[in-house]
Amino acid sequence: MLFEGTVFELNRIILIRILATLVLVTLFWIAASRARLVPNRGQNVAEMALDFVRVNIAEDIIGKDTARRFVPLLTTIFFAVLAANITGVVPGLNIASSSLIGFPLVMAVISFVAFIVVGVKAHGAVGYLRTTLFPSGVPWPVYIILTPIELISTFILRPATLTIRLLVNMVAGHLLLVLCFGATHYLFFEAAGALKAVGAVTLAAGFAFTLFEIFIAALQAYIFTLLSAVYISISQESH
Amino acid sequence: MIATTAVLAAEGGEQSILFPADYDILWSAVCALVIGLVFWKKVLPVFTRILDERTELIEGGLKRAEVAQEEAAALIEQYKAQLDDARAEAARVREEARAEGQAILAELRAKAQADAERIVETAHRQIEAERQSAAISLRADVGTLATDLAARILGESLSEDARASRVVDRFLDELDGQLGASADEADADRVKGR
Repeated sequence: MLFEGTVFELNRIILIRILATLVLVTLFWIAASRARLVPNRGQNVAEMALDFVRVNIAEDIIGKDTARRFVPLLTTIFFAVLAANITGVVPGLNIASSSLIGFPLVMAVISFVAFIVVGVKAHGAVGYLRTTLFPSGVPWPVYIILTPIELISTFILRPATLTIRLLVNMVAGHLLLVLCFGATHYLFFEAAGALKAVGAVTLAAGFAFTLFEIFIAALQAYIFTLLSAVYISISQESH
Repeated sequence: MIATTAVLAAEGGEQSILFPADYDILWSAVCALVIGLVFWKKVLPVFTRILDERTELIEGGLKRAEVAQEEAAALIEQYKAQLDDARAEAARVREEARAEGQAILAELRAKAQADAERIVETAHRQIEAERQSAAISLRADVGTLATDLAARILGESLSEDARASRVVDRFLDELDGQLGASADEADADRVKGR
């Protein structure tokens, strides 16, 4: 543990997070530096990944015309979350660096600030609050119920769910893997007789959950980015 | 694997899972910032530029191909027109040559005809002249011969006799008339025979 007790404290998860960041940044830096008009294999992969965010998330949700402004933000969110998640299945790292609440929280705050800024830019501060808290097309008494619900859902539940969904998914995945491989280790080396055979089952389960975690890592990055895009899109439109 | 504890309660249970430590926030923010800056300033501009260039290139290529195709079509049209012109020209030249040939042929034929007629005419005139000279010499010879013959038959000379001279002249005139008529007949026959 470096700088223990200070704000710069570096524990294992933080070190993995920094490592993941450096690897991600280096890979894309190299891809961008070597990028040519006619792509080679590596560039194709990078372009596919970037196009996935640009086309399948930004342009599909926000619309082709206005999506371009938000592509950098959404791309950053997607790849940051993906890199942080994927460390959970990298041998030797073995823990998602998004399984410590700071990271999901920071990403959620970025998303939160983004959709509020977009809303305020589109409608003005008052206009944004009015379209969000007092959606048109309902009789006024409904606002007594609707406004508190909208207030909580938009300004509290959105960032909270973004944070907790990602955090809990990653923690749960890590626990599952630890459970499977821990059990395998115990059954193989500590357990007696026939119980050793059960270790094969837990090992197979651990293998399956590793594959599942790769899928979850990508899925959670996708969901996080998709919801950010949806929130931005909602803020932009008038109700 | 034992790091589970770090997740559940970072730093020996003092840290709740839902309440972040300040360093956690700091390093998350640093990482997000680094990733964001790299994507914002480096990666995305590069790939956006390349994507635009590629689109431009493909569209430009398509446009160029289209233009080239149009040019080729125009060229073919032009060649076709030129070919048609050449064909028409050739036909015209051929027609002219044929007409000219026919004119030459007709001219030659007319000339040959004229020549032939001229030759025939000359021959006629020559024949006539010869006939006339023959007739004249014949007249003199026939006169003398007839007188000689008559003198021999009659046993006396009639040559100095004026009477005899008249008889001979009359006879010759008759003969001449007969000869002239037969000559005219021969002319008429020749004309018919043509």
